[in-house]
Amino acid sequence: MSRRRDGARVPAPLLVPAALGVLFLALPLVGLLVRTPWSQLGRQLAAPGVGEALRLSLVSATLATVLSLVLGVPLAWVLARSRARGRSVLRALVTVPLVLPPVVGGVALFLVLGRQGIVGSWLDDLGITIPFTTAAVVIAETFVAMPFLVISVEGALRAADTRFEDVAATLGAGRWTTFRRVTLPLVAPGVAAGAVLCWARALGEFGATITFAGNFPGTTQTMPLAVYLALQRDPDAAIVLSVLLLAVSLATLLLLRDRWLGRAAV
Amino acid sequence: MRSRAVPAPLAAALLLSGCGGSTGGDPGGTLTVFAAASLTDVLTELGETLESRQPGLEVRFNFAGSSALAAQVVQGAPVDVFASADDRQMQVVTDAGLASGAEVFAANELVIAVPEGNPAGVTGPADLAREDLAVALCAPEVPCGAAAERVLAAAGVTARPDTYEEDVRAALTKVELGEVDAALVYVTDAAARPGSVDAVEVPEAGVAVNEYPVCVLDDAPNPRAAQAFVDLLLSGEGRRVLADAGFMAP
Repeated sequence: MSRRRDGARVPAPLLVPAALGVLFLALPLVGLLVRTPWSQLGRQLAAPGVGEALRLSLVSATLATVLSLVLGVPLAWVLARSRARGRSVLRALVTVPLVLPPVVGGVALFLVLGRQGIVGSWLDDLGITIPFTTAAVVIAETFVAMPFLVISVEGALRAADTRFEDVAATLGAGRWTTFRRVTLPLVAPGVAAGAVLCWARALGEFGATITFAGNFPGTTQTMPLAVYLALQRDPDAAIVLSVLLLAVSLATLLLLRDRWLGRAAV
Repeated sequence: MRSRAVPAPLAAALLLSGCGGSTGGDPGGTLTVFAAASLTDVLTELGETLESRQPGLEVRFNFAGSSALAAQVVQGAPVDVFASADDRQMQVVTDAGLASGAEVFAANELVIAVPEGNPAGVTGPADLAREDLAVALCAPEVPCGAAAERVLAAAGVTARPDTYEEDVRAALTKVELGEVDAALVYVTDAAARPGSVDAVEVPEAGVAVNEYPVCVLDDAPNPRAAQAFVDLLLSGEGRRVLADAGFMAP
């Protein structure tokens, strides 16, 4: 918690690796900007399909974040507050998508929600087909991104002072009221940070999406998929699309950082 | 909350960076082959043959869409042998001055792959325009997608695909899983999955016969093993393995 600047001299053994770390993370981004064919920028961005892919990416990442909030915040509460047995197993289950290769996640989603899947075959009988639709994109992104939100919110809940909730209870507030009026405002910065992480992860989702949702312009071809395919046809186009995606991500992070995140900034 | 959220992306980055490695120039060593996805089964077999004849040699494959592979080769991937599913992607590599003297070793054409038993009753290319079917095509960027465009044009069909797959094996897998009712893939891909995939012939397939060229890269880290692999592929034995898998002679 050292706030005095003169007390924050970096020890030499930390300085070199830290500087290398910054270079390692920043150089690829610099490379992207150096190689960007700025003169072609307008033409490439106006190319058919770019606007469509960007719109689809923004809409699906936002829907995935909303879905993650609706399901993930209650889940985080259960993980942080409930005394039910098997919570550690539950937490492990929830975090599996974090370490699972997204392509594997995509295959797993097929086996459950595909036309031949455990749930999907039943939905198919009802006339609902999920693979190769925008809904599949949102589901794939939610599967991969929701754990980021859950873990972030769970951490916030654990760090929050439970005495406020106790006081609310002694004043006669029910558990639901306490959650809504006390707990949620208390962990709001954590929820916001988790939502941003979740949104950014969903925006960049590739593996699970191309596997489970396929690749069709306007329906399932998000920006990362467009970048991947453009790289095979026209590397300059791929670079321009990458820079666009980078700009959108950075703009969002900066905007939200100033607006909402405060001390909990990512 | 930060301390909980950060390790996951870090761990993901570590997992992602855990690939790569160096190739030695010793007689055994490692041979790195980049090959079109449609060659997965035959080249794996020939690679094992070569390994059994040259003890100490390890053959490593990267199977993907030819265009993705060509892009990786041009970006400087350390590759000994590149086998493409069409001449266009080979040209990407030769035009970059990375190889010369590519030789054609096989040819292939398209069929419609359908799940076993053909549940949707697909009879020909015209069915690919049916709205009630889930259809996968290869992306136009990869050779099988380029061939599909020519075949469909020849058949006068405007297909209604639900997805453009990044390589032919990805399209085949969607058929195998029963997630699509039909996909245009190579004859050899449909033949590689007996018991789960049936093939419906395409009369117009002859307009887009893909010829498969192979080359040793000029900067191959292991040129001797690379040449041995290409020689095996072009030998009578190699042709027999290719023919068994359904490839046509060039």
